[in-house]
Amino acid sequence: MVPYKVSYHKANSVAEAIELLNKYEDECKIIAGGHSLVPMMKLRLAEPENLIDISGIEELSGITETENFIIIGACATHADIGRSDIIKKHAPMLEQATNKVGDVQVRNFGTIGGNIAHADPAADWPTLLLAANAKIIIQNAEGTREVDADDFFQGLFSTDMEENELITAIYIPKSAANRNSVYRKFPQPASRFALVGCAAAIEVRNGKVANARVAFAGVSATPFRDSGIEKALEGRNFNAESIEAATSNVANGVSVMQDHFANEKYRRHLAGVFAKKALTDLA
Amino acid sequence: MTLIGTSVKRVEDKRFITGKGRYTDDIVLPQMTFAYFVRSPYAHANIKSVDISSASEMDGVVKIYTGKDIAESGINGVPCGWQVDFKNGDTMKEPPHPLLVADKVRHAGDAVAVVIAETYAQAKDAAESVMVDYEVLPAVVNAKAATQEGAPLVHEDAPNNLCFDWELGNPKAEVDAAIEGSHHVTTLDFINQRVIPNAIEPRSAIGHFEGHNDRYTLYTTSQNPHLTRLLMCAFVLGIPEHKVRVVSPDVGGGFGSKIFHYIEEALVTWASKQIGRPIKWTAERSESFVTDAHGRDHVTKAEMGFDKDGKITALRVKTYANLGAYLSTFAPAVPTWLHGTLLQGLYTTPLIHIDLEAVFTHTTAVDAYRGAGRPEATYLLERLLDTAALEMGTDPAELRLKNFIQPFDGVTQEGYQTQVALQYDSGNYHEVLHKALKMVGYEDFRAEQKAARENGKLLGIGFSTYIEACGIAPSAVVGSLGARAGLYESAQVRVQPTGKVSVFTGAHSHGQGHETTFAQVVADKFGIPLEDVEIVHGDSESVAFGMGTYGSRSLAVGGSAIVKSIEKVLEKGAKIAAHKLECSAEDLEYAGGKWTVKGTDKSISFGDISLTAYVPHDYPTGVEPGLDFSSFYDPTNFTYPFGAHIAIVEVDKDTGKVTLKRFIAVDDVGNVINPMIVDGQIHGGVAQGIGQALFEGTIYDESGQLLNASYMDYVMPRADDLPNFEVDRTVTPCPHNPLGVKGAGEAGCIGATPAVVNAVMDALTPYGIHDIEMPVTSQKVWNVINGN
Repeated sequence: MVPYKVSYHKANSVAEAIELLNKYEDECKIIAGGHSLVPMMKLRLAEPENLIDISGIEELSGITETENFIIIGACATHADIGRSDIIKKHAPMLEQATNKVGDVQVRNFGTIGGNIAHADPAADWPTLLLAANAKIIIQNAEGTREVDADDFFQGLFSTDMEENELITAIYIPKSAANRNSVYRKFPQPASRFALVGCAAAIEVRNGKVANARVAFAGVSATPFRDSGIEKALEGRNFNAESIEAATSNVANGVSVMQDHFANEKYRRHLAGVFAKKALTDLA
Repeated sequence: MTLIGTSVKRVEDKRFITGKGRYTDDIVLPQMTFAYFVRSPYAHANIKSVDISSASEMDGVVKIYTGKDIAESGINGVPCGWQVDFKNGDTMKEPPHPLLVADKVRHAGDAVAVVIAETYAQAKDAAESVMVDYEVLPAVVNAKAATQEGAPLVHEDAPNNLCFDWELGNPKAEVDAAIEGSHHVTTLDFINQRVIPNAIEPRSAIGHFEGHNDRYTLYTTSQNPHLTRLLMCAFVLGIPEHKVRVVSPDVGGGFGSKIFHYIEEALVTWASKQIGRPIKWTAERSESFVTDAHGRDHVTKAEMGFDKDGKITALRVKTYANLGAYLSTFAPAVPTWLHGTLLQGLYTTPLIHIDLEAVFTHTTAVDAYRGAGRPEATYLLERLLDTAALEMGTDPAELRLKNFIQPFDGVTQEGYQTQVALQYDSGNYHEVLHKALKMVGYEDFRAEQKAARENGKLLGIGFSTYIEACGIAPSAVVGSLGARAGLYESAQVRVQPTGKVSVFTGAHSHGQGHETTFAQVVADKFGIPLEDVEIVHGDSESVAFGMGTYGSRSLAVGGSAIVKSIEKVLEKGAKIAAHKLECSAEDLEYAGGKWTVKGTDKSISFGDISLTAYVPHDYPTGVEPGLDFSSFYDPTNFTYPFGAHIAIVEVDKDTGKVTLKRFIAVDDVGNVINPMIVDGQIHGGVAQGIGQALFEGTIYDESGQLLNASYMDYVMPRADDLPNFEVDRTVTPCPHNPLGVKGAGEAGCIGATPAVVNAVMDALTPYGIHDIEMPVTSQKVWNVINGN
């Protein structure tokens, strides 16, 4: 398993990384943990001529907080997120996800920025960021822009990013919903990616659901929020009855993926089961 | 201290767990080049042309060979080592398996060309530029479908894709009549699915020809280096065997897949001479998936008759065994003499008949995989037993106890003659099941299950009481059954002048811990420290000959050969000791590392005698110097381990997921040398057996593409899928070998699979479901409980 010949460039700053991106245009790929890209390269499904390594850039690492947001550096590893007290306190679903990603080695190397840039529909982070109402901070030579997670994921391995752009950080709102959040996953038995994953963040105010965000991994070619569930919950009491009603027709109108582990019917059914499990955990 | 029966820590683990193991791919030779094979992406296609012109111009390319080059060189293909004849006496169809194919590819992964280059990456890059023009043809992947009229032919000279047909057992008419006349008949139509061995170390081979002394060395990942040398020299390359050294260094697992002689081994050996440089080939994991011989793949209909008391009246089996596109080394033996012969199981079934068709398909070759035939037989029998119990409303444990063969020790009582050619050596089948039932707390479980069902939970228990045949032998018998090799083992015990011992064995560990187990036997018999014994294996230069490690034969056959040589050493040592102690050899006894004159305190140590043997100044007349003996041990019979496995599962109604709650294994492998290693073998085997039951299995599409040829899609069992195994054993010594051992390598894998599937079916009793095809995935379970 050897990749095609590739040149390696170490970027020491975001500015330098962007400079390199502009220099090599469509003949380069950003690498951080390499846990999505390198397997693709070794299988020769990806053949970048240049790799720009951002893993050593200090400003992209770490997890910090402001009054209203948690800021996760693009190069924070799954393990970094799993160890963070800030995450634990403000968005428990993110912490729960980290011990479901790969294995210890993967978690120590793989980064959240790389994971969402790769946009595998069965990966956990895209779905979690949808449920968390996250903002993705993207930088290019002109400056930075903010994209809502809702707009970032556009299809199978496809995002809102341009070739000359770099994800620098992810902002997670410190919201009541995110404090009451959970991730439940039924892993594909071989890859352990999500055959179905459900992330739910629910704000309950005065006994009623004030804000619901429920998103799925592994179900469709694009991770998505299920507006049917969200609408069915909002304004209702948060109990077994409302959960049962809300999860009776999951992924309605969504094109559901099929593979030999789960056909459409079974996958749709699992989505309902895991939505119910997730919501029941929070109620 | 006695070392036999002690859980000595494995001496080889120091190098393995510190990363110092030396595997084939670790070997780097001066001037070494690298090979990369161009393999067919299609399962069945004519090769219209192969254009190597642009590839030949690429950086680092040393040489490219195509199928045409191989055909013109006059090299033969790799041979089959076992011949089974048609029922009518015709010889099986044995189509050639050339090192590179020239005209036609017959499975996805078939080798069309090989690129040899300065680096591995260069070889791979150039291989992608070899332009092969294929005319794609329809393919057939299912064994039964392949025999039907109009199915695409794999080999033109094998009509209906039949390699051979075969039968065994009592006259078919008698069996038919008994089935028809039975009070109850349980029938199962099922596929014992194809699985991929998945050794952690991919196959690798380095060919090294040295022109100055006209010698070849092949380093290879083999369970069976001497046989590889014999087959390659005598049948493929036609090169003198004494000029060829085959070295199989540390081997990282094989599960059968590294027994066989593969095209890549012969090719790098041959090509090394052509280019005058060493050539290394190491499989990529994707290559391993499609070129390592696969296992199992039977399409079977099995019927078992019972009388009104639940006694088995007859067993009738029809099986289509998929051999893949070519005959791998032992492929014909697996569905026949390693499968049909085990259909007696532990039961007194008076009438048995198996009718089998062995079939070519456009798939990777199928051969022995951990258990090899015996898991297929066990799955068939044990699924029938539990299904019959469900159908007849009887208890599956009771049904077994009622039908078990009575205990026999093989010494004071004769061995048990089966209806299917074998004579079991010794057994006490009731005891293993009773012990397992006690461990599981059977009555309590049934109460728990009842309560769980009332609460809507699906708990199930499944049984498997198996027998297997290890250490297949003697050579004369296996020869009459079609083996083209003997199945003995060699061992040389060389006592060094200082009393240290080097043992050369033809068995070859690929993870089993021979360096520990064999050393325990030797140290124990000589009464010397374990550290004073070294086990040498895997090198045709040091070891006289060997038949390798597979079929759980190493200790029963290889260990027995070592014991024979030990006995010769002690016998000669006694003569020298008698001279030194001025007595007759008959007056001596050997214990604790010394010869003592019986009834006295006069003694002489092992070390004194070994030194005397090599410095024979004061020495008996007529005795040769030296203390070094070889033996070739050819057993008188197979050995027959057996056991009882019980699985407890819970099925999640919402998802269909099967969770294994408990797994109890009581195995009888005869005497045990190292309990820890035996437990480890059982654990590994059970995990692999569970893998087949719940997770593993190839998925081919109709065109012959293997759709799950990576770990992203092929499901291996993992630690978090498995409970803590509860293992115990009984000991019924083998009556016919000097250690009384039977073999433990495959037992777990043979017993586990049907126990798990039976447990799922037991859990699904409320739904009236009696069969789900393996692997029993969540989706399949959910589908059947929802009537889909």
